[in-house]
Amino acid sequence: MWIAILILTAVALVFGLVLGFAAIRFKVKSDPVVDKIDALLPQTQCGQCTFPGCRPYAEAIASGEVEINQCPPGGDATIVALADLLGRDPLPLNPENGIVKEEKTVVIIDEQICIGCTLCIQACPVDAILGAAKQMHTVIVDECTGCDLCIPPCPVDCIYIVPVKQDVNDWQWPSPDVESVPT
Amino acid sequence: MEYFLILISTVLVNNFVLVQFLGLCPFMSVSRKVETAIGMSMATTFVLTLSSVSSFLVNKYILLKFGLEYLDIIAFILVIAAVVQFTEMFVRKASPMLYQVLGIFLPLITTNCAVLGVALLNIQKDHTFIESLLYGFGASIGFSLVLILFASIRERIAVADVPKPFRGAAISLITAGLMSMAFMGFSGLVKI
Repeated sequence: MWIAILILTAVALVFGLVLGFAAIRFKVKSDPVVDKIDALLPQTQCGQCTFPGCRPYAEAIASGEVEINQCPPGGDATIVALADLLGRDPLPLNPENGIVKEEKTVVIIDEQICIGCTLCIQACPVDAILGAAKQMHTVIVDECTGCDLCIPPCPVDCIYIVPVKQDVNDWQWPSPDVESVPT
Repeated sequence: MEYFLILISTVLVNNFVLVQFLGLCPFMSVSRKVETAIGMSMATTFVLTLSSVSSFLVNKYILLKFGLEYLDIIAFILVIAAVVQFTEMFVRKASPMLYQVLGIFLPLITTNCAVLGVALLNIQKDHTFIESLLYGFGASIGFSLVLILFASIRERIAVADVPKPFRGAAISLITAGLMSMAFMGFSGLVKI
């Protein structure tokens, strides 16, 4: 038995090494502009920009297909930063994609009403909702990005938005104001 | 001559999809359009041949040496997964065009049961190195032939006036069944 375990581990290790080597050797440089745009986006992966995540949106911006004003979680700061990076004019946020929230919010599920349909789980882009079919669901508050995408699919309207009060435990330095620098 | 017979046998007589019923998932799912079917066939041909050879080598020089034949399935799954990964990286670097065409189909091949089937049948039939190479290649050519034929038929069916209860998956399955019957006509062509 030990021989078998050893041999199989060794084989797996060899393949792993070959693949690891190949990953470095055959590395494809992705478009640096996409990387830069992606770094400016808030990475909530909320999908409010109509793209399935921040990276696809960054790719679409880089190829010039879409405007830079479709990211509600990023708000004006992101738009200004993108405009600065790409040399475009800053635009007001497109209201079709959502509105900027004044304060950070998360959602909670009223477990008394929840019927366990799993629709909100499928809608959640960050897997922050825990539950199974016909079991009540709950939100992992630390993971919730406040994108509110789970609210429309809920058939019994048992998901509420609650603001997050800042306290000493989750206070962070405010992000620096992005100002366009003349170049 | 024997090598030629292996090719004929795997492509037509013992066709993996229509006679041995392996690799049915990509056969049904990636045959909506001829273009995607061609992409899938090219990717599968590449991976199937390569994994057939590499699983033969793993079996002969590692499993048989240490008397671990009973671990063949798990070892081959490992080999196939690694080969597919490697192929994806290599194709991405070597030919971005081909990578665009193959796209999602490359990783999907990992779960194609024909790939594992070829590796296991190679052992069962005591193939030599060249034989397993040809067996894998023939199997993938057979797969490609059937997949592209089926995709062309489905493209025609899409515009045909199919009776309502037979629309969609039903008519596809009937078509596949008819094709399988047609391929049964090849049996008796060669005996291996």
